[in-house]
Amino acid sequence: MKEIRIHGRGGQGVVTSAELITLAAFDDGKFSHAFPFFGFERRGAPIVSFVRIDECPIRLRSHIYNPDYVIVQDPTLLDVVDVTSGLRPDGMVIANTEKEPEKLGLEGKIRIRTINATKIAMDVLGRPIMNTALIGAFAGATGEVSVDSIKNAVKSRFPGDMGEKNAEAVQKAYDMMRG
Amino acid sequence: MKLSIGSVTKPGSTRINKTGSWRTFKPIIDIEACIGCGTCSMLCPEGSAYKDNVSGKYAIDYDYCKGCGICAQECPVKAIEMVMEEK
Amino acid sequence: MEIMEGSRAVAEAVKACRPNVIAAYPITPQTHIVEEISRMVADGELVSEYVRVESEHSAMSVCVGASATGARTYTATTSQGMALMHEVLFNAAGLRLPIVMTAANRSLSAPINIWNDHQDMISERDSGWIQLYSEDAQEASDMIIQAYKIAEDHDILLPVMIGMDGFILTHVHEPVELCSQEKVDDFLPLYDPIQYLTTENPLSFGTIVYPNTYTEFRYMIHEAMKKAERKIVDVASEFQDKFGRYYGGLIDTYEADDADLLILAMGSVIGTAKDAVDELRSEGKKVGIVKVRCYRPFPAEAIVESTKDAKAIAVLDKNISLGYEGALYTDVKSALYGKNGPLAMGFVLGLGGRDINKKTIKNIVAKADKAIKSGIFEAETEFVDLDLEVL
Repeated sequence: MKEIRIHGRGGQGVVTSAELITLAAFDDGKFSHAFPFFGFERRGAPIVSFVRIDECPIRLRSHIYNPDYVIVQDPTLLDVVDVTSGLRPDGMVIANTEKEPEKLGLEGKIRIRTINATKIAMDVLGRPIMNTALIGAFAGATGEVSVDSIKNAVKSRFPGDMGEKNAEAVQKAYDMMRG
Repeated sequence: MKLSIGSVTKPGSTRINKTGSWRTFKPIIDIEACIGCGTCSMLCPEGSAYKDNVSGKYAIDYDYCKGCGICAQECPVKAIEMVMEEK
Repeated sequence: MEIMEGSRAVAEAVKACRPNVIAAYPITPQTHIVEEISRMVADGELVSEYVRVESEHSAMSVCVGASATGARTYTATTSQGMALMHEVLFNAAGLRLPIVMTAANRSLSAPINIWNDHQDMISERDSGWIQLYSEDAQEASDMIIQAYKIAEDHDILLPVMIGMDGFILTHVHEPVELCSQEKVDDFLPLYDPIQYLTTENPLSFGTIVYPNTYTEFRYMIHEAMKKAERKIVDVASEFQDKFGRYYGGLIDTYEADDADLLILAMGSVIGTAKDAVDELRSEGKKVGIVKVRCYRPFPAEAIVESTKDAKAIAVLDKNISLGYEGALYTDVKSALYGKNGPLAMGFVLGLGGRDINKKTIKNIVAKADKAIKSGIFEAETEFVDLDLEVL
């Protein structure tokens, strides 16, 4: 079983990101589930979402304490939330930031990949909605889900031109991580 | 009689139960004095004071009048008198 | 099978049952269910009267009125909303109206808390509603279809509430198989009321009864509840024949046959407990699970039968009857009274959304294990993971 924890703020699409990864993993022929943990719903509040991917049906309902992967949607969260808490030794952090991995100030021997997903979103979508680009980067950095499944998930969730553009952002971020 | 599921019954029991028998005092309307204003009818809690369409004056349905006396109290020309019921 | 949110899976099942009237007031974490249903009605996917009410008291009152006219009705609520419905819940049961409701189980104020436990439904235990609890999104969805079949049976005619753990199941995205409209139409006949209101044939519902017959009316509801035990089991089998999915009857068991220790619980915690039991079994520990699916009518006989060979049972309660203990624990002990059954321990856990993980379950099992071995048994309720530092 692979466990993913996504950190973001209310309104940034943390729940949607988790849903899209889940859709993509299921599309890849695996079992998956996603669920959020948030406080009283409000924009800007720190929110966590969880994703599990496995070869067999998933029954476990607890929060994720020892994630294989941590996705950080907002670099300002690094100062307020211990995003690497419980991260497995072979785990990885994928963060949306313009900074280099070693400049994030995360301590310990942690594999970190960074991507400026907000810039990709501005370039492709013209709006700072970076969550689709970031999960494209997740697919590229980890190989846990295929980029085609992510793109299909994005297109089915956002029909029409919006979906196409988001799929483009996914591919761009994926290529950068693979590059 | 078997009980119905949910205690469901046909309505209309108030029509069957002639509550006029509860009365101790009976309102008597003085037709000559009655000005047909309808105050008694509007204030009657049982809807027992009604307009007689022939005379244009008011009358009491003694089947349901419980004898509360509101009509007599409120009649602006004091045309209603409460009389002890003879039983 | 497709990935969808638990709330949508429930909404889709409601749609397939073709309710005539839906009345609901949105409240976290039930909101997504009724949002989705109101969208279905607005988009013409579901031909139904969706009544936007100003409170849960009104939501249930609308359902009562509509159901009395012979309409199939649905609502959903949680927590404070269910508490506000309280008096109308008793009326729905007393009037013998087969309303179906989803409860997105949540804790009760004060202090205010929006997360999961079972206090809302447990506190309506004596209302006369059949109470079912679900383990995953699929079960929460499928139970809607089964619930109408149970509720509308002429021997039963009682409302049914289906618990699904708030956020844990309402907000989870997971694989769900939806039932086809054709199969649901075949499985679930139209509601055929024995008496209903029309303007041509007015009736009085719930008319006053005197001390000489009130007991008999309560007895009739109680008898219908007892009959529902059989009906719930039968409908579960019929559902399996039609749709191929089965969740157990009044209870279900997991690794229970040779178990020394059985965990009894309700709702989504069963999934986590199953994973914990698998790991404990691989370590050689004989642990199993009794999943209590139906809380009212209470499956006393099934619980006694399923636990008779165990040395001990650990009863998990996501609720507390303040001043005593968890409600399920009380009922289970009462069922076991005089039956020479296993030792019973009670655990109160998961209140107000406190996470229950495999370690929580394993710690409980270790405690029960110790009690079995030492023979020292404290039949007291334990608050799991109670933080004494902050008290």
